[in-house]
Amino acid sequence: MTNKENRVPLMRIKNLYKIFGPNAQKVLEEVKAGKSKDTILAETGHTVGLSDINLDIYPGEIFVIMGLSGSGKSTLIRHFNRLIDPTAGEIEVAGSDVMKLNDKELQAFRRNKMSMVFQRFGLMPHRTVLQNIAYGLQVQGINKKERESRGKEWMNTVGLEGYANQYPGQLSGGQQQRVGLARALCTDADILLMDEAFSALDPLIRSEMQDQLIELQDKLHKTIVFITHDLDEALRLGDRIAILRDGVLVQQGEPVDILLNPANDYVEAFVKDVNRARALTVETVMQPQICRISTDTIGEAVMQMRKSKQDYGYVVDDEGYRGLITQETLENVEKNEYSNIIDSSLLEDVPSVQSDALLESVIPEMIDNTHPLPVLNAEGEVEGHLCRSTLAEVLSDQPSAESQEVPETRY
Amino acid sequence: MSDKSWLSEIPQLDRHQLLEIRKTLDGAYRSFSREYGDSIEAFFDPLLSFLIWFEKLLLSSPWWLVIAALAVFAYIASRSWKLTLGVAIAFFLIGFFGMWDNTMRTMSIILVSTLLSILLGVPIGISMARSNRVQSVVTPILDIMQTMPAFVYLIPVVMLLGIGKIPGVIAVIIYAVPPVIRLTNLGIRLVDKEVLEAATAYGASPMQRLFGVQLPLAMPNIMAGINQTIMMALAMVVIASMIGVKGLGQPVLKSITNQYFTLGLLNGLAIVALAIIFDRISQSYAKRTLQNFGGH
Repeated sequence: MTNKENRVPLMRIKNLYKIFGPNAQKVLEEVKAGKSKDTILAETGHTVGLSDINLDIYPGEIFVIMGLSGSGKSTLIRHFNRLIDPTAGEIEVAGSDVMKLNDKELQAFRRNKMSMVFQRFGLMPHRTVLQNIAYGLQVQGINKKERESRGKEWMNTVGLEGYANQYPGQLSGGQQQRVGLARALCTDADILLMDEAFSALDPLIRSEMQDQLIELQDKLHKTIVFITHDLDEALRLGDRIAILRDGVLVQQGEPVDILLNPANDYVEAFVKDVNRARALTVETVMQPQICRISTDTIGEAVMQMRKSKQDYGYVVDDEGYRGLITQETLENVEKNEYSNIIDSSLLEDVPSVQSDALLESVIPEMIDNTHPLPVLNAEGEVEGHLCRSTLAEVLSDQPSAESQEVPETRY
Repeated sequence: MSDKSWLSEIPQLDRHQLLEIRKTLDGAYRSFSREYGDSIEAFFDPLLSFLIWFEKLLLSSPWWLVIAALAVFAYIASRSWKLTLGVAIAFFLIGFFGMWDNTMRTMSIILVSTLLSILLGVPIGISMARSNRVQSVVTPILDIMQTMPAFVYLIPVVMLLGIGKIPGVIAVIIYAVPPVIRLTNLGIRLVDKEVLEAATAYGASPMQRLFGVQLPLAMPNIMAGINQTIMMALAMVVIASMIGVKGLGQPVLKSITNQYFTLGLLNGLAIVALAIIFDRISQSYAKRTLQNFGGH
């Protein structure tokens, strides 16, 4: 996520419009002129599927497109591999203009660049599990021996050992979607399109599949476009999220942005029901400004504390965080002891929390301690702190405009 | 007064005009058949020699070999011992009652007609499924083929090709091909859109989609169409015998004119036996292709 400006997007959609109806080109002008979807439908009978969509998707990220049914998200994802042709607009994948491909080139493009997972699985009922998984390879004309060995590998990866010769009809929904996932991974395409891939599964299986996808993604680093109507799923999987409403992109950004800075009432209404304790990590709400006391002697500690104008500080040494020390404790120390090193008896035993922990998991520690908790990053360094009031405000029902600013301003 | 007669009577062409129309059409068709009859007959020559060869093959093979071959075929298609045994017994009884040769002749023409119906019907059905325009053109033609009395289209066929096996086969095909066309069309149109979309998304070519996805998934419906085609072909046996097709139809025709009740009944039962056998075999085959789909 660092220096995004320098990264080149792998997929880029520019000014994309999709209008359904016999005279789409003619109606396009009216849409561009700013007439609303409802007016167009009433006047011309044409449905505006997508309107002025602009997206940049970067390599290696999970990009979630979220919207309710009818918002155009499934239409949008089908533009990436041109299962649906746009009325107007540009689609660029890995530097090549997808709209300019002829039939043969498009076929080759679909075979090698992208694979897709479908909501209702899209498995072929007359082919066995292994044949389904290896379908993409068969289409490419790879010989049976090789496609079966590669297919088997992916079959085992998604946890379907021993199901090779079963038919899809003999499997449960979750297992069928594993077949769908394995089929998509089997062609080794860089881009994975997932159209409501987990929506047809029951909640327990769904979260299991989400875990599996995250786990696989850690290893494979594919670029994934994931469609969902479920915000919890979007927050859980997405590196970035785009919210679609009635064919228009309402907001796009990182999950935290969406949660803490909803662009309009529509997004806010969406976000309201999200369990923030489970969706946000400590890192996203902590305050980075802290007093870090990185010295051995009490005298210098007093100096550092005065400079920071805070009444407590976190004592760190080479091995990391040691404990919290308050101004009060330091003031009670006699001046002649200033050259002594900080004794652990002076420290308050305040536990630390990890920056990537979910808010949910730090609630017990927050309640047990009056002091703000230090937040440690993966290397064990103190990065910031989290105090009760911040947590309470983030987790409370009404995210007012003021409270969104809290993490940055108050300390 | 005479001006108002159209109120009470339907306006009508007078007899001379009607006669003129008939004369023109008949004349045109007659000269067409004189002109091209021979070359059209020559076109069908390979089919005729195939028909004759197939009939000879069935007639000259020893009866037990034919029964054994049919039993093996029934078992391969249905995997049912009961059906296999039933086929063997039915054919033995047919022979036992002296109808072996006629049954073989009927069977040869039915099998060839069915084969040709499939070869013609499946591609037509496929093209109908691909294009709504083709469908809207072909559907009314199929309606005509199915409702036009067989005798009516026998006339031009006989005028063109005379009496014999080829006109018989053509008449049988005209009558029997619509179900396989209709059900191929329907079967392909009913293929799950998402499965087809998946094939497209993985870069399948139109041919790969057709043979890898559409036809296999439409197979239960196509089989039902083939089953109907066989049944309708058998129903045409008696009518085809009127234009010189030998087989079980001719004794039935003879029975009608001479009032031979038993002869008619026996040959009728033989046709029924053939119908039941072909029906059960093709249906159990269709059922087996379906089994993989449901998974149970």
